[in-house]
Amino acid sequence: MNDRVARLRQQSLDLQPSLSMERAGLMTEFYQAAPKGSVPVIRAMSLDYLLRHKSVYIGEGELIVGERGPAPKATPTFPELCCHSVEDLDVLDTREKISYSVSKDARRIQCDEIIPFWSGRSMRDMIFRQMTPEWKDAYEAGVFTEFMEQRAPGHTVLGDMVYHKGLLGLKTEAERALESLDSSADADAPTRREQLKAMMLAADAMIHYAARHAEKAGELAKIEPDPVRKAELETIAEVCRHVPAHPPRTFQEALQTYWFVHLGVVTELNTWDSFSPGRIDQNFYSYYERDLREGILTREQAQELLQCFWIKFNNQPAPPKVGVTAAESGTYTDFANINTGGLTPEGTDGVNDLTYLVLDVIDEMRLLQPSSNLQLSQKNPDRFLSRGLEIVRKGWGQPSIFNADRVVEELIRQGKSVYDALCGGISGCVETGAFGREAYILTGYFNLPKVLEITLNNGIDPRTGKQIGVASGDPHAFNGYDDLFSAFRRQLHHFIEIKVQGNAVIERLYAERMPAPFLSLVIEDCVSKGKDYNAGGARYNTTYIMGVAPGSCADSLSAIRYHVFDRKTIGMAELLETLHDNFEGKEKLRLLLWNKSPKYGNDDEYADRILQSVFDAYYDDINGRPNGRGGSYRVNYLSTTCHVYFGSVTGATPDGRKAWEPLSDGISPAQGADKLGPTAVLHSAANMDHARTGGTLLNQKFTPQILETQKGIDALTHLVRGYFKLGGHHIQFNVVTAATLREAQRQPEKYRDLIVRVAGYSDYFCDLTKPLQDEIIARTEQGSWGALRQTPDATSGNKLPAAAEVVAHDRD
Amino acid sequence: MAHLTSTPAHPTQTLTGLIFNVMRFALNDGAGIRTTVFFKGCPLNCRWCHNPESQSYSPEILYSLDRCLSCKDCCSACKTGALQWDGRPVRDRSRCTLCEACILACPADARKLIGKRISVSELMEVIARDQVFYEESGGGVTFSGGEPLAQPEFLEAALLACHDRQLRTAVDTSGYVTPSVLSRIAGLTQEFLFDLKMMDDTKHRWFVGVSNEIVLHNLALLSREHPNVKVRVPVIPGINDDDVNLEQSCRFLEQLGLRQLDLLPYHEIGVEKYKRLDASYGMAGVKPPTAERMLELAARCSARGFIVRIGG
Repeated sequence: MNDRVARLRQQSLDLQPSLSMERAGLMTEFYQAAPKGSVPVIRAMSLDYLLRHKSVYIGEGELIVGERGPAPKATPTFPELCCHSVEDLDVLDTREKISYSVSKDARRIQCDEIIPFWSGRSMRDMIFRQMTPEWKDAYEAGVFTEFMEQRAPGHTVLGDMVYHKGLLGLKTEAERALESLDSSADADAPTRREQLKAMMLAADAMIHYAARHAEKAGELAKIEPDPVRKAELETIAEVCRHVPAHPPRTFQEALQTYWFVHLGVVTELNTWDSFSPGRIDQNFYSYYERDLREGILTREQAQELLQCFWIKFNNQPAPPKVGVTAAESGTYTDFANINTGGLTPEGTDGVNDLTYLVLDVIDEMRLLQPSSNLQLSQKNPDRFLSRGLEIVRKGWGQPSIFNADRVVEELIRQGKSVYDALCGGISGCVETGAFGREAYILTGYFNLPKVLEITLNNGIDPRTGKQIGVASGDPHAFNGYDDLFSAFRRQLHHFIEIKVQGNAVIERLYAERMPAPFLSLVIEDCVSKGKDYNAGGARYNTTYIMGVAPGSCADSLSAIRYHVFDRKTIGMAELLETLHDNFEGKEKLRLLLWNKSPKYGNDDEYADRILQSVFDAYYDDINGRPNGRGGSYRVNYLSTTCHVYFGSVTGATPDGRKAWEPLSDGISPAQGADKLGPTAVLHSAANMDHARTGGTLLNQKFTPQILETQKGIDALTHLVRGYFKLGGHHIQFNVVTAATLREAQRQPEKYRDLIVRVAGYSDYFCDLTKPLQDEIIARTEQGSWGALRQTPDATSGNKLPAAAEVVAHDRD
Repeated sequence: MAHLTSTPAHPTQTLTGLIFNVMRFALNDGAGIRTTVFFKGCPLNCRWCHNPESQSYSPEILYSLDRCLSCKDCCSACKTGALQWDGRPVRDRSRCTLCEACILACPADARKLIGKRISVSELMEVIARDQVFYEESGGGVTFSGGEPLAQPEFLEAALLACHDRQLRTAVDTSGYVTPSVLSRIAGLTQEFLFDLKMMDDTKHRWFVGVSNEIVLHNLALLSREHPNVKVRVPVIPGINDDDVNLEQSCRFLEQLGLRQLDLLPYHEIGVEKYKRLDASYGMAGVKPPTAERMLELAARCSARGFIVRIGG
């Protein structure tokens, strides 16, 4: 990278994230003035107010401009969604990991202005007020989480519409839609009118915001002594005068267009998974190619622009959650995710020259944000995959790899048109979506092993002694495994009902009170329907509940079936008592359950069938339920870091896991349960029907030695291709030894730059909480013959039984 | 479950072999992603052997003292009375039927059966699981050991079964076998991995336990009868990495027209096993060759026209 990029990158890495009260202050000012109008129009006016008054930042040497806060890493808050308490700010300011500095001024503003106004009025307050006691019980027990109590819906990706039409074009479409409203034929016409008015206001607000950047760049150009930088600033000014109002004319304008739209979306609301540009290699290729052809851009300049674009993402830490505790550190990552390769909307190979340039940028930038992935189709050349794996082998967890053909199949199966499916990809961690035209809202994680625990206690949560489930039957009276499984299904149904009913209320609250007119403007069909994104305006409207720890759940069911019902080695009463006592004084029984039960991840039919039955039960109960936005519920399987939290509220499980330890992550086998190598894991994982999900997450950890040689890289290529042939959705790799990670725990100061793959994202290892660090260490390390396959040992925090392949052996 | 439809049982599929491990995702025993089948029993007694449990032709039970909980469940589970507790489980081999009851009962996985009689169809079921990965990678199945040619009927049947499934195979042999057996197998596999330990027969007898005469004879035979023989030389510092042995080995291979050469660096994985076995380890004090040393040896062989790989 050149000096400019190196400097901007270093600045982005070095800056300590801070909380900025600018947005919260402006928002409060705006609402204190008691604006008049419909809710959507007021929301659009609030965006306009923010964009007119927030600071405009153009940093030294920058080529792509605009910040979410007043400066890089200055993170705004969203009190209308959730309002930080003073204690929250103190914790954020002082906690050891993932801290946000909070100035005295910021603390005072929060205390004197923000909290008094927003207390009780935030979405979070409203949501909790409206939830039923049953919902609160399940939520507090850790059966599920709720995304929308902290952040707004979002979960979508920009398509290519805005590049063709510009915001003015979209505004014109909104104007026409408004003119053609017919109040006599359409009872909803007045509502639609307000929505459309709001979208038009939002377009103007953003165009004005871009103009402020043009103005600032022009001013800076006037006083800039260096002629080279002066010219750059003049270009920036010209770019910002043109986009995003008009369709971009150059590669730089295309990147800047996305960035302004990004800022609009994440300033309007704090949307989940930030916002993503999707397939930038395809979206920007025509500009790149034309600029090269016309001689106004070199490949090196394009690379530099992309690198500057990358840094913009890294400048935006996720706004911190409220109600934080010192233990719950979270992450700075805001989950923007960039797709490369895959298929074109016509269904042909989507890899182009820009794809390789983007991969070079990912490799060189080595930044946590944006996250990146390969969309790997059978139609893509192996060169694309091996270039990606060259980056993977460096061990910082990016890019992850997706089965592009399967992603398309998943979308078609959900009812999207073939074209729209081909415009899809993934965002967040592993979530499938039709880019530019779908609202695919994730509503919370769902703790499958917890539901089994409640089943084994006939509806009672043993952690609190509270009856929160249905009375699904006394397990002592179960006559066979089928009795257990149908009780589990009843319990599952009970909690899914509670979750879905809660979702309906929250969905309505957002539709009515927290529309997103700017986001609506750029997502297809919101304009033509005259409907907000949060109310079902997008062409497709999907709601997800994410199943967590199917591995631990299946292993637990498998252990019961095997030992209690099939082999009768343990009585149900003894098992339940042992679980209740957290294996206290029963280490032998725990080891028997852990070592001598069929486990998912070993290509073992017994365990894998059980996993499939859990998958089916969860799918059958959720898939196809209507949501409140005219769309349907779907399932996916990812846990981000929630398997650690869910583990911390789940007692001892029949698979031999001790109470409060982490559960299995994504669809990965329980940490250390897989002993037959990666091909067995991939077979087990591929046994579930990924096409019925909207995403699954599979982690694999490899020893660095295995990837030192070309042969190792080739083997990884073939593993990925083989897994995708079997139908897998996604796979990602950590290439690091447990020994290195343990050393990093001991001497964090020496490993500050060690990045690992956590879930659908990478993070600095030293920034992770201790339980999460331990969980990653405990994941099975895949080697191959000669390079030993290692499963966790007793020194790992997870305290799984020792099971290294070569141990003290003695012939008897 | 990805079961392949089983083909009608070939008469030889009921044959059983004594196998001590079937390793999936093996990368070092031939091209691509492979499954390596380890036959139990070996006619040699190499001092550096890192799989001492592969040497005997009978099944054994490994017992890991450090895992044992002293719960005696193994003894209670024994139906023949072969296993008795005497501070640790002690097995009366004459009464043990290797029924595995003690192994299943052990909660701590402290007992492990090394060597199990399995039929060709049982073996093929495991092998077939990874068909898609063999196809993707140009990999296949490697028969190793122990010495696979020490169980020629089973090996032959397994190779035929692989052939039926269009799986590519390799046989990894010490070469210490009856030449007619080797000839018979030669027509059934796509690749041979052939160990060449050292050229000096006196040293060979001392370190390997047998004369190398038959080994060299067989390598010559195979070089005539098989188009794809890869020679593998374990590089044991101070024992066979001297210039004389290197020169003699290269010259011998040149005479035979063999060009593919894998240099396998000695490693210490076996050391701990011997220690726990209370067995004396002939390699005490020998350190693995450095990466530079391996590269140097490889360069010398390459310069003579060999296609050399380190680590196979």
